[in-house]
Amino acid sequence: MNFGFSDEQDTIRETLSRMLGDHATLEVAHNRLDGAEGFDTATWSALADGGWLGLAMSEAEGGSGMGAVELAILAEEIGRCLAAVPYLPVLCMAVPALQSAGTQGQRTSLLPGIAKGRTIIATALAEGGGLAPDTVSAKVVQDRLSGQKAPVTFGAEATHALVAATDEEDTPRLYLADLSASGVTIGALDPIDRTRPAARIDFDNAPVELLPGSDPAAIQRMLDGAAVLAAFEQIGLAERALALTTAYAGERHAFGRPIGGFQAVKHRLADMFAKIELARSNAFFGAWALASGDSRLPEAAAVARLTALDAVQFTTEESIQLHGGIGFTWAADPHLFLRRGWQLKAELGPADMWRERLLGHLATPLRAAS
Amino acid sequence: MDFSDSPEEATFRADARSWLDANAALRDGSEKAQDHFMARDADEVARARDWQARKAEAGWAGLTWPRAFGGRDATPIEQVIWNQEEGRYAVPPNAFLIGIGLVGPTVMIHGTEAQKAAVLPRALTGEDIWCQLFSEPAAGSDLAGIRTRARRDGDDWVISGQKVWTSGAHYSSHGILLARTDPQVPKHKGLTMFLVDMSDPAIETRPIRQISGGASFNEVFIDDLRVPDSARLGGESEGWKVALTTLMNERFSISVGRASGGARAEELIALATRVERNGRPAIEDGEVRARISDFVARQRGLEFTSYRVMTSLSRGEAPGEEGSIGKLLLGKLRQEMAAFGMELAGTAAGISAKAGDDAARWRNEYLTAPGNRIAGGSDEIQRTIIGERILGLPPDIRVDKSAPFSDL
Repeated sequence: MNFGFSDEQDTIRETLSRMLGDHATLEVAHNRLDGAEGFDTATWSALADGGWLGLAMSEAEGGSGMGAVELAILAEEIGRCLAAVPYLPVLCMAVPALQSAGTQGQRTSLLPGIAKGRTIIATALAEGGGLAPDTVSAKVVQDRLSGQKAPVTFGAEATHALVAATDEEDTPRLYLADLSASGVTIGALDPIDRTRPAARIDFDNAPVELLPGSDPAAIQRMLDGAAVLAAFEQIGLAERALALTTAYAGERHAFGRPIGGFQAVKHRLADMFAKIELARSNAFFGAWALASGDSRLPEAAAVARLTALDAVQFTTEESIQLHGGIGFTWAADPHLFLRRGWQLKAELGPADMWRERLLGHLATPLRAAS
Repeated sequence: MDFSDSPEEATFRADARSWLDANAALRDGSEKAQDHFMARDADEVARARDWQARKAEAGWAGLTWPRAFGGRDATPIEQVIWNQEEGRYAVPPNAFLIGIGLVGPTVMIHGTEAQKAAVLPRALTGEDIWCQLFSEPAAGSDLAGIRTRARRDGDDWVISGQKVWTSGAHYSSHGILLARTDPQVPKHKGLTMFLVDMSDPAIETRPIRQISGGASFNEVFIDDLRVPDSARLGGESEGWKVALTTLMNERFSISVGRASGGARAEELIALATRVERNGRPAIEDGEVRARISDFVARQRGLEFTSYRVMTSLSRGEAPGEEGSIGKLLLGKLRQEMAAFGMELAGTAAGISAKAGDDAARWRNEYLTAPGNRIAGGSDEIQRTIIGERILGLPPDIRVDKSAPFSDL
């Protein structure tokens, strides 16, 4: 058993951290809140130039042949700097879906473009309600899709979308849609986190292409993998929020000493740390289960998701609290993390959905909830 | 990152299992719930001693001790594997955690050759049972504030004072005792550690009854206990350094052993499937499902946290940041789960319970759990440690840190 990163993986993290630190500063995130275009194309290009967008693709696919653990490192570093890039839909959902359920032709035509940063595939699963495959009402008849998908993160910036829709036999499947095709209408939404622009996409008899290996189980597997990787993004952002709050508590003086010297503040920061580390332990197991194809992935994804959601909400809320009045201002950093945290909750479904997923997979048989 | 056993670990597991199969019976569910981590009475102590002696003879005792001291040089992960495997069998409770986990490693570092020879082999085989005479009525979290005095008298030391919360003192043969030898210097500087014989008539042990009704810890009164200078462990006035070694090993023992302590969240699933709430099986109730799944997620997190600690230790690194959180989170989780178990067992669990029923099981768990949040460093002390040593926050104001102890 080895529950840590290898030296090579530590090197990957250092390289990524340096590169992202140069491009995706918190100033860039603030600019997006103030109305600049949501998508940080400069950081995305830098990731493409560094070969990072193809890290989990084979060399034949145009990538560097790494795996889920390296992807998790990328997710954590992106969370730490709040980079406004579509790595979650593109690298953590679309790429694995194409690899496991797509055709050779689909892979050949799309993966190299993804690795170069030119092709952006959004994932259009939600329809305002849940994310689960059995809540899908969008429908495909004779390779033509009709229905509305929202929210679709980076929907307006994407070239393609991976859409969950039922086939002619009412089975949920995944379809690839070219968003420049006729019958596609895209409208912008107003997400709580403008570094993750979101859209509503209306499909009206739009041409689509089936991923032949996709079925409800494959869709769920894609969500499980995304939940594990998103947990790393959540941990990265929570850790940064904790770091800047700790730094503030060390600088800000009241009653003659730094406020971080008072137990009311010190112990709150310790609780933030403990929740983050608990989430990290679950995320580690999730990354291993994802990388090794272990059958416990559904359970691992659910516990990683549940503890990450809790860690992020506690850390980001208390980060604002411990900053006092300044933390409540638009110009200060803490709300950037609160917003991203909430956005990540919305993108992959709330705790309830993952609690049911967890209970459904525990060894002890359960009667279905009525 | 690899969660599976390495080939060496798989071999170790197979060897452990094969020895256990030949020497013990698998648990069949009829055993008493293990709500205690130490032996409780003379009969359990005798059975524990016998089991320990057999393990020692076959090389399964003191796994992480160096071979030079009779151990197996096992990795921390192998210790966890052993704990997992042994946990599947109906074996007596362990009475040797303090001797093997705390005292042994402290003696290896600070002891003389004579002390190593006297202490280590007998601790390993279970002939000697050790207790830890540290806390006092006026000094628990603030351990360096102890008042038990040891005074030089010729070549001997004479020790008087009172210890408290001493787990297992009532059946221990020996104790590791922290005493003040110099009150004229600040509190951390005037301490010295001793190894004492609990059968000396100058030591009186009185069990303390806990809120659970059991009595696994004690008050210990020491009245002019005379020990030779050869009973001193480490240098005179260097007791704090020696105590830190013991406490570090205590934290290690806790992180290796405790992740599996207390009830499993799965037990609550089984309970919620058996009992009703609002006229239907409790497991169908939304709040019940939410609470239990959160318990599962937190318990899994603690389990995997202990694996992270093992990984750091196996790489020869000090336990990293993750090591400090297990102790903090475990007690509160256990307490919340126990309270929820009582709720599920029915409000009657507070009023009526019969030995062996759900109400008794969860009431006992509920009345045992608070100890986890206090023993081995309270939640509050753990938070201060995390805040100061890991996050680097300014230290608490300590008005007594540099004044001579006698002026406090």
